[in-house]
Amino acid sequence: MMKATESFVPTAEKGRVVTIAERESAILPAEKIRSVDLRASFGATEVLKGITLPILERQVTAIIGPSGCGKSTFVRCLNRMHETAHRATVAGRVLLDGRDIYRAGIDPVAIRRRVGMVFQKPNPFPTMSIAENVLAGLSLTGERIPHRMELVEKALRQAALWDEVKDILPRSGASLSGGQQQRLCIARALALDPEVLLMDEPCSALDPIATARIEELIHELGDHVTIVIVTHNMQQAGRVADHTAFLYMGELVEYGPTDRVFTRPAEQRTEDYITGRFG
Amino acid sequence: MTTRPHTDREYEGELLRLREQIILMGAEVEGMIADSIRSLLERDSTLARTVMDRDARVDQIEVQNDALCLSLLARRQPVASDLRFITTVLRIVRDLERAGDQAVNIAERVIELNEEPPLKAYVDIPRMAEGVQAMLRDALDALVNGDDVGAKNLINRDDEIDALYDRVNRVLLTYMMENPQNIFRATRLQSIAHNLERISDHATNVAEMVVFYVKGTDIRHGGVG
Ligand SMILES: Nc1ncnc2c1ncn2[C@@H]1O[C@H](COP(=O)(O)OP(=O)(O)OP(=O)(O)O)[C@@H](O)[C@H]1O
Ligand SMILES: [Mg+2]
Repeated sequence: MMKATESFVPTAEKGRVVTIAERESAILPAEKIRSVDLRASFGATEVLKGITLPILERQVTAIIGPSGCGKSTFVRCLNRMHETAHRATVAGRVLLDGRDIYRAGIDPVAIRRRVGMVFQKPNPFPTMSIAENVLAGLSLTGERIPHRMELVEKALRQAALWDEVKDILPRSGASLSGGQQQRLCIARALALDPEVLLMDEPCSALDPIATARIEELIHELGDHVTIVIVTHNMQQAGRVADHTAFLYMGELVEYGPTDRVFTRPAEQRTEDYITGRFG
Repeated sequence: MTTRPHTDREYEGELLRLREQIILMGAEVEGMIADSIRSLLERDSTLARTVMDRDARVDQIEVQNDALCLSLLARRQPVASDLRFITTVLRIVRDLERAGDQAVNIAERVIELNEEPPLKAYVDIPRMAEGVQAMLRDALDALVNGDDVGAKNLINRDDEIDALYDRVNRVLLTYMMENPQNIFRATRLQSIAHNLERISDHATNVAEMVVFYVKGTDIRHGGVG
């Protein structure tokens, strides 16, 4: 991956942010998203304390860090979900294709359509059939949906679930196994044809085989969708992510190519965390 | 880099055991080198034979080490400095095992030499032997202490050994030219010096791997790649 191995540690001394000129030399993939001094709070408690982080286009970026460090909050800020929580506020910027999604006049629903999300616990709508579940996100936008069945098939194929459910599409989404439900939720997100997919611990409730399926899927999707995955599983980050960011107590400690972060982290705190020497 | 112990004590214990085993193996090999040279100086073929016997012990530690490394890789999926430590050990063990083989070669030559009257007083060969033993010892100390500076300094000491080796060869060549009757013994001594020189190469490999372990950068072959 050549120069994509450039990275930065967000401290003044070691800080080395890739310059625009370098990026435009087309060696690095473009930045799909960049958070700039992103701060997020619940009431008076600031839980993200100024995070500046690039999310490279059509790459998989893993967010790791101890429980409560702000991983979920961070990804929820990337599609304007954070502000839907009680007393939740955001400051700073999130650039999507270079434009701030928090600027005035932006419709959060339109952002969430471009930046989809898959959660830790598979949450298909139990009263809906498998097919309806796939279209649920689209239905919520109130749009008329032409070629419904083609769309269902396409999304289910993309989510690597088609072969398993093609004969039982009218059944309830809740009748599927946990791993299948998670892929159904991924299909639901993909039906909206998002540019970015945020996944918050998508495999934590799944067995190793179901996990391997999702990871395989992440590899495939990674060719045309930008993916951000939150995971507590270091090995999973190692397996799926091109880049890894380590958050600690609301701050970005280190960001870089996964290979480098997992073989020679620049920061002692990263080293201690990933080797299991924390706290 | 890290001095903190693992949160998982059992994992910490396994890494510690690996560390102890490699020190043990290093000490064993060092002892084999020392005894092989002592058996030359003291013309003690019995001692030389014990060196050959000890090789089995080194081989055994090598096998145990590999098994422990594999198990750690499979079960712990180590990363960062732990990963570098384990891969470093996997390679260092090869070099130690070869160094042990070299000591055995020396012992074999000694047994042949002890059948003959001594050729000369040995000066440079014991010096070489001391040098390579110290290199091995210091390289393993550097591993245990995570001392990349010490390891880097070691790499230059290889040159001193090479210089001694050249001198031994030149001297032995003159002996052979003086009298063909010296040839058998002189070539045995050359072989001993050659084996010592090879051991210093192994010690250098170990030192290079220690730098990799500590710094995460590969300095072999001038640091390319
Ligand atoms: N709805 C909420 N109201 C108040 N505080 C919250 C809320 N959600 C999260 N927090 C706090 O914000 C901080 C960051 O939480 P977040 O869920 O982003 O962490 P996380 O890194 O995703 O943790 P985990 O690995 O456990 O999922 C935590 O200290 C948490 O207690
Ligand atoms: Mg979370």
